[in-house]
Amino acid sequence: MTKDKDRFLNIILVSPSIVAVLIFVYGFIAWSVRVSLSKWKGLNPDYTWNSINNYIGLFNDPRFAVDVKNTLIFTGVFVLGSLLLGFFLAVMLDQGLRGEGFFRSLFLFPMAISYIVTGVVWRWLMNPAMGSRMSGFNLLFTNLGLDSLVNAWHTTPQWGMAAIALAAIWQMSGYTMALYLAGLRAIPQELKEAARIDGASEAQIYRHIMIPLLAPVTLSALIILGHMSLKVFDLIVAIAGKQLQLDVPAIYMWQATFDGLFYGRGAAIGIILLLSVAILIIPYIRYTLRTEAQQ
Amino acid sequence: MKSLRLSKNWLYLPLIGMAIFYLIPMYVMIITGFKAFDEISLKTMWDLPRGIAFDNYIEAFSKLSPSLWNSFAMVIPAALLSSALGSLNGFVLAKWKFRGADVIFPFILFGMFIPYQSILIPLVQFMNAAGITGLPGLAMAHIIYGIPITTLTFRNYYASLPQELLEAAKIDGASMLGIYRYILLPISIPSFVVVLIWQFTSAWNDFLFAVVLTSNRDWPITVALNNMAGSQIIAWNVQMAGSLLAALPTLLVYIFLGRYFLRGLLAGSLKG
Repeated sequence: MTKDKDRFLNIILVSPSIVAVLIFVYGFIAWSVRVSLSKWKGLNPDYTWNSINNYIGLFNDPRFAVDVKNTLIFTGVFVLGSLLLGFFLAVMLDQGLRGEGFFRSLFLFPMAISYIVTGVVWRWLMNPAMGSRMSGFNLLFTNLGLDSLVNAWHTTPQWGMAAIALAAIWQMSGYTMALYLAGLRAIPQELKEAARIDGASEAQIYRHIMIPLLAPVTLSALIILGHMSLKVFDLIVAIAGKQLQLDVPAIYMWQATFDGLFYGRGAAIGIILLLSVAILIIPYIRYTLRTEAQQ
Repeated sequence: MKSLRLSKNWLYLPLIGMAIFYLIPMYVMIITGFKAFDEISLKTMWDLPRGIAFDNYIEAFSKLSPSLWNSFAMVIPAALLSSALGSLNGFVLAKWKFRGADVIFPFILFGMFIPYQSILIPLVQFMNAAGITGLPGLAMAHIIYGIPITTLTFRNYYASLPQELLEAAKIDGASMLGIYRYILLPISIPSFVVVLIWQFTSAWNDFLFAVVLTSNRDWPITVALNNMAGSQIIAWNVQMAGSLLAALPTLLVYIFLGRYFLRGLLAGSLKG
């Protein structure tokens, strides 16, 4: 009797969540796709068929081209910077030094803060004003006699996104450190010992043993950071507002939809973002679940 | 052995250098916040304050307190409810699988990674049509879009428990809900802490949902702070004080429950 009851009970327990995810994720994605194929412009929904014209429009849109370029710069600097910094921090912390826990907590605390707070503070630190209005890092550099480091930060033409990525590295490198540290701890100590006995130097041990063994961690970090940089939004809004020079797809989507009321175009940007994230994430989910099943 | 340990001491140099890099923004935020109004000048922005003044905090708090309360009112129920749902889902998906459970799970997981821009227009339309606006709407969005990660964390935890635990209870005649209530729930308190912290932090720090789902009266702290920082009339020392107020709740959670925070972080990369 209880068996039969339980068989249905488990479905009843999870169905509210499954239905909610089904509607709010998959139903809404389908709805967005429909909006992206419509002529909807203005406050009132208009589902007149527009084929793929919103997508074609974006591919010919100079602003979207800037967005793609900016996303690439941001992704490159942010992902590479976070990976390298996170890796070196993890290796240093893995040496069994005293105070390891303190440093680990310190490198990780920016993760607890919102991109908005980070952005408001970094906007102040990266203030590009020169001369008597100089402040932030530029002022610090001048005070320290490092005048050559004074720069225009996020207002630098072409490369402003790299400055935004710097703030993002500050926020997220602790996360990569945590991933690598967990990975390093999972490597059996005997492997290192054996290599040492064979006469390998510390550098060789990392080069030929640790880094190859950490490849799955690097892959996870690459995918997680990569998909985050495609979605970057709050940080730029907080540092720079809605400047065209630092535009990314997420900001364009927001502005096109809620300021410009170009719903069709906004939905198309959302779907393009979704597809680019899906290319990274779907194989990753499949790979992770498969490895899990094998264990 | 001793010499080996000694030779590693040079590592403190880069470590302290990096510590300074991570602390600089906090340093500026805190010292600027404590400076008195007459002490603010660009030239001395890196100097320590002459004394501790609360002018900036009082002004920042008077401007931001409604939105701080909005954030608390929205985040606490959102974190509690999405954790409770995640626990039930995780239990069923790990220990009481129905046919198709393994097919559904990756679809739930994918929901954790989607760029919310791809569901934003329907979300706003739906919430308006259903009349769920303001803070309840925002809380609801956090609950539903939180389901994937809470489910994942609990599923991984419950899957790590030995099946014998359940079998023994089943033989004793315990029902499914009885097993959940009397066996799994009591031992999953640490997982609840992990998930609650994670949901608290991500809902508190969210900006995108908040900016499209709330208006002036219902703004949570992130939106209010961003608008305060964007206006030219608010002095930057008040902005720094406001930033600290906005960061404080999640920072305190991190300082006191950092261990659990880290576990939530690692769960977010699918590694349970």
